Amino acid sequence: MTTLDPEAPLDPEAPLDPEAPLDPEAALDPEAAAWLGVDADSRFFWEGLRRHQLLLEHCDACDRVRFPPMPACPYCGTVGGTRQSATGHGRVYSWIRVHRPLVPELADQLPYTIVTVTLDDGCRMVGRLDPDIEPADGLAVAVHYVGHDGWTELRFHADSPGADSPGADSPGEAGR
Amino acid sequence: MSGAAITGVGFTDFSARSGRSVLSLAREACACAIADAGLTAADIDGMASFSVMHDSVPCVAVATTLAVPELRLALDLDLGGQAPCALVWTAAQAVAAGQARHVVVFRALNGRSGPRVGTMRFAGGGGQYRYPIGYGSYLMYVAMWARRFLLETGQGSRDLAAVAVAQRVYAERNDRAYRRRPLTLDDYLAEPWVVEPFRGSDCTVEVDGACAVVVSALDAARDSRVPPAVVASGAYRAGGRPGLDIGDHLGWEDYTRNYTSLLRDELFGRAGIGPGDVQVAEIYDCFTSTVLMGMEGLGLCERGGAGTFVASGGTAATGRLPTNTHGGLLAEGYLHGMNTVAEAALQVQGRATTQAPRHDVCAVTSGAVMDGSALVLTADR
Repeated sequence: MTTLDPEAPLDPEAPLDPEAPLDPEAALDPEAAAWLGVDADSRFFWEGLRRHQLLLEHCDACDRVRFPPMPACPYCGTVGGTRQSATGHGRVYSWIRVHRPLVPELADQLPYTIVTVTLDDGCRMVGRLDPDIEPADGLAVAVHYVGHDGWTELRFHADSPGADSPGADSPGEAGR
Repeated sequence: MSGAAITGVGFTDFSARSGRSVLSLAREACACAIADAGLTAADIDGMASFSVMHDSVPCVAVATTLAVPELRLALDLDLGGQAPCALVWTAAQAVAAGQARHVVVFRALNGRSGPRVGTMRFAGGGGQYRYPIGYGSYLMYVAMWARRFLLETGQGSRDLAAVAVAQRVYAERNDRAYRRRPLTLDDYLAEPWVVEPFRGSDCTVEVDGACAVVVSALDAARDSRVPPAVVASGAYRAGGRPGLDIGDHLGWEDYTRNYTSLLRDELFGRAGIGPGDVQVAEIYDCFTSTVLMGMEGLGLCERGGAGTFVASGGTAATGRLPTNTHGGLLAEGYLHGMNTVAEAALQVQGRATTQAPRHDVCAVTSGAVMDGSALVLTADR
């Protein structure tokens, strides 16, 4: 068991130090970060997505993975933890299909599907499901990355049997 | 029992465009409730309210326009529909403890013509994972729960429809209700999807308006011109990992059980009753699914059986358990459950528009998903 200094970076070995060299093309654009609502707890996650890495916080005390990023483990209260790469594989727990333009900017993409996925890593995430896939209870899915102007979206597609790494890049530019 | 009762209720009109300030609406509803209780503003020494993203006015502003001489209690909560029962319960305890004598609890908003909770961006750390991907409306989060709930409990569209149809029957007779046009199962099934599994009639109607109730010390309530609706029990519950904001459901394990399952034993235990003793129910219904989940969560129906119960007339005025007897938030209007509490009080007092034949014990809930609150109101026995 490791008890971390709450003020210290979560994992000094992870390549997530804001000072670390970063491909300028892959940097999280400050304007996009402000638009997204990125904060001190979540910056590593969004910067990871820019590198096509899914990084999650792991509690060293109780061995649980959590999402969204937050300063302490919501299962045992232990402050800090370790940032680790996630498998990016999981199964659909629930889903919705949006038909009405409640989010006006996305009106041209209707209808679209949002899935809640239980990742093999143990936590849940939400994301868009690729449009050609019919959602179903327990459907095996995997993450892929969709580039936008200044930020990167985590999205889900149907998992292929035997796949063991987070999905390949998708070059799609869906706009904000 | 708390030693407190609801003695008066007040409403403004519910409309699409009030053309008035929220303060004006709040003042009117509170003044109506005070008069309904047979009191004057000089009797009021406590106020409590709630708002979402600053869509309302603070208690002190309303106290100012009512010319209340002195407040001994003022509570302004930054909460949505979880709040009404919790605030009434808190007011009841404050009254019982002697901290106040008559507390006005209100909700006021231009919820249709002003900021609309249904599509506003909530503050908090969870929004960054939802809004950028088009997962940006409260109804989507409840729909996400509803899908899983329907799957696991073996229910479907016809069960959701049963709620909308049954409640509309009550609304047709309710002058306060915004949606009063009759609704049939066929009408419902012909509606286009809004967000699957919800159609338009699954969703509350956002309105401009205000609603208030007065919570009084029981000895004072017994002098009132209307019978008191005794606050027999109340409870609030947020389960483990309720999230970073009111839309962050990712840490919640089971989308088929909400706060009602968690507070049920405390709520009924404090009132000295069981679910089978409830004679009328007012179950929070921002969406149809929360009625089914709430009835099952409180043990008013078997798990998976709420839709069949509603469809078979169980919640009608002539049924075993009249429920959402004003048409609910679905039809009367989205006052975030304050009007649900007011209807519960009117039922127990025996002066509702559609009066349940047996109305000595009423359960009422506030909230849809991770957290919420509930009350048991009873006749003065």
